[in-house]
Amino acid sequence: MQKRVVFRSRLLPYLLVLPQIAITVAFFFWPSYQALESSFFIEDAFGFSREWVWLENYYELFRDPGYLKSFRTTLVFGFSVAFLAMAISLILAVAANRVIKAATGYRTLLIWPYAVAPALAGVIWYFLMNPSLGIVAYWLKGIGVEWNHYVNGDQALLLVVVAAAWKQVSYNFLFFLAGLQSIPKSLIEAAAIDRAGPMRRFWSITFPLLTPTTFFLLVVNLVYAFFDTFALIHATTEGGPADATSILVFRVYNTGFIGQDYGSSAAQSVILMGMVILMTFIQFRYVERKVQY
Amino acid sequence: MVENRPILTFLTHAILIVGVLFLCFPVWMALVASTHGPGALSQSPIPLWFGDQAWENYSQLLAGGLPEAGGVPIGMMMFNSLIMALVITFGKIVISILSAYAIVYFRFPFRMGFFWMIFITLMLPVEVRILPTFDVVVKMGLLNTYAGLTIPLIASATATFLFRQFFLTIPDELVEAARIDRAGPIRFFKDILLPLSRTNIAALFIILFIYGWNQYLWPLLITTDESLYTVVMGIQRMVNSGEALPVWHYIMGTAVLAMIPPVLVVVLMQKLFVKGLVESEK
Repeated sequence: MQKRVVFRSRLLPYLLVLPQIAITVAFFFWPSYQALESSFFIEDAFGFSREWVWLENYYELFRDPGYLKSFRTTLVFGFSVAFLAMAISLILAVAANRVIKAATGYRTLLIWPYAVAPALAGVIWYFLMNPSLGIVAYWLKGIGVEWNHYVNGDQALLLVVVAAAWKQVSYNFLFFLAGLQSIPKSLIEAAAIDRAGPMRRFWSITFPLLTPTTFFLLVVNLVYAFFDTFALIHATTEGGPADATSILVFRVYNTGFIGQDYGSSAAQSVILMGMVILMTFIQFRYVERKVQY
Repeated sequence: MVENRPILTFLTHAILIVGVLFLCFPVWMALVASTHGPGALSQSPIPLWFGDQAWENYSQLLAGGLPEAGGVPIGMMMFNSLIMALVITFGKIVISILSAYAIVYFRFPFRMGFFWMIFITLMLPVEVRILPTFDVVVKMGLLNTYAGLTIPLIASATATFLFRQFFLTIPDELVEAARIDRAGPIRFFKDILLPLSRTNIAALFIILFIYGWNQYLWPLLITTDESLYTVVMGIQRMVNSGEALPVWHYIMGTAVLAMIPPVLVVVLMQKLFVKGLVESEK
């Protein structure tokens, strides 16, 4: 936790942490406190007066079918993105781990989407799937699927899931590859000597040993899908059609900036912050004592 | 390789190639679309190979801008993005290396308090508490300034942790030696710790640069003045341009331009990037 040998100085350490703490307080703690405070008030439309309403904003939220639907959408969206991105990248990582010689070449070709902004990933997929001239939509028509994410909510959700997962594959790939490379070769060889085939070796040795990586990635992917995909959705479907892609973090923005409902938006912020802190906590519990066999 | 199975090796390559195609295809289409005129992109199916309008499209984008997006040249948006990304990156690295140094190498009251204050911000993205944070910036009068665009994003628990982990691995003997030579804490930091941290700083630089360049919601809210637009958020104005149909060849051109700098950074500094990514998440 700390060094045995340390420097002695009364003022210097405070000066050193000052910039970080000042920014954290001004742009993190202060706004978070404001969100917490205003989640207990209802403000009139012009901001002239506000009234202390206890938990009314929260009750209101959980009575609102639209908000509950957003909760469901967020969960469906988050787990679909996490599953899709992790499944694809695990397959690719296992494959790349097998071809040692060509691995670096493939790696270069597989990791660059990490650098593409979620908003851009969204816009490009939006273009590919565009019902009137998107090439993927055209191919889908060829196999008999009428694609139109402007009217079909499920298709719109699928569109953002694919775009979000597409961008996340490279990140997961790198971590799975690192995880695979840390598995001792002797274990795999021993299993091969016992005549376990490639599939058997994967499911009984490799996959269990990857559990720490998988678990870590699951949390990271969920955090990514829940919160970082705001840009992707805002730049493409804008939550529509009919709120089909309006995930929670999009709703916070929409209620606050478009709907101008300060109290409700603050209450939503507080709920989301609670979710993030919970996930951070889970993450760190896991880092302390790894999931292992 | 444990055993020789030619069919499996073939399958492995097939899987990898399909994966590469899946990842590259969207960007390929974006590149292709950005080289066509409006005519080719008005009927389905759109061409799969490059057109001859590349020069016209890109020079129009870089210098002239689009009337639909407020007429700001993309070149200028990219310049703004660059400033924003660099300020965020440098700011984050400087303040987090300083605070990590204080937390590891000094013993002072509230040390753990400060540590937890930084720790708790670890995963909380600005999107979650967007409205109150925006309010604070408005009250400080930082709307439409580079300061408002960058400073709120500079606090970084991730970088602080990375440096803290790294400092903890540096042998105590170095501090002892420095003290025997009568070097004070500032001298030790400047002459020993900074040079040792060079690789970590470089790796972190890549991750943070991408983070800064790809910011979307924050610039969208903070900049109403068109001369401060950044390219990643600017593209949104072209896609959702109200009644007018989106001009896809320009939009795709902008998307390509917007992704070039971060993608180049990742590809050219791959080793450092992988190191930075894997270590900053531990």
